[in-house]
Amino acid sequence: MSDVLLSVKNLEVTFKNGKENFTAVRKVNFDVHEGESFALVGESGSGKTTIGRTIIRINPATKGEIFFAGQKISGIIDRELDTYVIRNIQMIFQDPMASLNERATIDYIVSEGLYNFGLFKDENERREKVFKALNDVGLLEEHAERYPHEFSGGQRQRICIARVLAMEPKFIIADEPISALDVSIRAQVLNLLHDLKNKRGLSYLFIAHDLTVVRYFADRIGVIHQGELKELATAEELFARPLHPYTRSLLSAVPMPDPDVEKHKSLLIYDPSVHEYAQEGPSWREVFPGHFVLANSKEEVEYRAAFTTNSPSRR
Amino acid sequence: MEQNNGILKVRDLVVKFRVRRRELTAIRSVSLDLYEGETLAIVGESGSGKTVLTKTFTGMLDTNGRIAGGTIEFEGRNLVEVKTDKEWEKIRGVKIATVFQDPMTSLNPLKRIGIQITEVIEKHQKLPPDEAKRIALSLMDKVGIKDVDKRFYDYPFQYSGGMRQRIVIAIALACKPRILICDEPTTALDVTIQAQILDLIRSLQKDYGFTTIYITHDLGVVANVADRVAVMYSGQIVEYGSVREIFYDPRHPYTWALISSLPTLARKGEPLYAIPGTPPTLFNEIKGDAFAPRNRYALGIDFEEEPPFFKVSESHYAKTWLLDPRAPFADPPQAVKIMRKKGNIYAESAAEAGK
Repeated sequence: MSDVLLSVKNLEVTFKNGKENFTAVRKVNFDVHEGESFALVGESGSGKTTIGRTIIRINPATKGEIFFAGQKISGIIDRELDTYVIRNIQMIFQDPMASLNERATIDYIVSEGLYNFGLFKDENERREKVFKALNDVGLLEEHAERYPHEFSGGQRQRICIARVLAMEPKFIIADEPISALDVSIRAQVLNLLHDLKNKRGLSYLFIAHDLTVVRYFADRIGVIHQGELKELATAEELFARPLHPYTRSLLSAVPMPDPDVEKHKSLLIYDPSVHEYAQEGPSWREVFPGHFVLANSKEEVEYRAAFTTNSPSRR
Repeated sequence: MEQNNGILKVRDLVVKFRVRRRELTAIRSVSLDLYEGETLAIVGESGSGKTVLTKTFTGMLDTNGRIAGGTIEFEGRNLVEVKTDKEWEKIRGVKIATVFQDPMTSLNPLKRIGIQITEVIEKHQKLPPDEAKRIALSLMDKVGIKDVDKRFYDYPFQYSGGMRQRIVIAIALACKPRILICDEPTTALDVTIQAQILDLIRSLQKDYGFTTIYITHDLGVVANVADRVAVMYSGQIVEYGSVREIFYDPRHPYTWALISSLPTLARKGEPLYAIPGTPPTLFNEIKGDAFAPRNRYALGIDFEEEPPFFKVSESHYAKTWLLDPRAPFADPPQAVKIMRKKGNIYAESAAEAGK
């Protein structure tokens, strides 16, 4: 396996609201390798976006550490490292209608990061970089002079991606990049992200709730629920052998575009009280090679048995 | 089809909007039958006219819009001729109710949940407050709200998104409508909540016997809920049929393209099929088939003349020249063939089971 690019260790994020504390993320561990797309899947409020925001240092980590390219980037870091982090970790947001400055030209939007960090020698080089970024996402040079309102949703998301690419990052956090887009445009944006990964060796943290998209796009998937990672495996493995009851309920809830399957399926609802954690609490266990799940020793035995005695027949 | 009792009959409907001193044709001659008790799903990308179409059923077109032609027959009258708000109040919300996408915006944040349900019942059914409250509580219970006596006095912000959508459904059902229009009812919700809401609407449909129209762009939701499907593109219905016909035997190249762009059927590492280009602007007259410029199966005639509907089966029609006997053979995309095979497998295994 290639080198670890990003490593999240025992991450905990707590929000303080007056006297009340709310822990949005607890004991989260995962690595993202170079050239990998790692997906975090979960419902709203599960903490997946908070993890993304903590990595790019918008939210501080309460406990735990984050390493990027071998350096610790959580907590207090010096200015040089901060600049390095901003340049190399970039984020694409969900709603392209809300994440572009309506009063700025595309040229300015794409080069704002370049201005902030003085990443060009002269005007020519800056324009070259902007044009290159626009070309990479399938937009034309003439689009640079236009304003965001002149573009469709799919094109706007491309502009967001161009803005990120102009910084030449190593790592992109894509927070629900296609959920605000139309079906026919989703494919365009997914293909684009895929292409860029292959051409530039980018790595992604892909945050999503749509498992059908994640299955297609991600190499490995982490399932998150109420701030805790419940299960982590490669995409194929997770769909073939979903172990944790929450993962199963999530899989059963995804509507598949196949009427005969949909009309005969039964919905599994996750009930956290199925876990008997009074005597033995859960820990992060590797049940199959590379397939981790949050379970206690009794559950580990059950999970393993469920998929070794009879063949994986679900779905 | 067995159900022949149409409840709503749309014929040659044309809807136009005035935008910046120009006229835009949002619905370009749509005809549609809705059968009693069925669930019809209308699919299409944003701007295809699916929401505008159903807004004409309740007289809720924006003020710059107007119906420029056609008829909508419902309970022996033509809804196109209903003009005043007073007349509409006897239909909208009473006979035909709508559940909108965003439960955050369809409830009044300043009013208690219970009041928002009872006021609808008091107004439309002219019932005394205590009777209305009794009905409201039983409706809340029906849509799966627990501890209704307490939750009756809560405000919307005290409800989660899924619970709010349940309340919106309860309000929509308060007058026992004959038709329930669900406009992207679960798009703003999480998948697990979405599945529960879809189940809820289905079970309520059994109890109340209303007819449902779903508007959605999510083919997974369509497969889950629909009996019949109508596919819309650029203000027209381009294909309609039973849900199995549309998924396992689609005939229109636009439906093919929609199915091909689904990530579920794609192999990892291979690019997804993306429909090239953008839908045509509706300000201008569209010559020929509106999908032709984006359609790799387009024939010469597609750019000249608009195709009529061709019959595939008693219930399945598609508006494409490819079905004309003179058209050359068009080999459908791989994803469509996969779906066709899937459909056959299920049909066979169902026949096996029946023996």
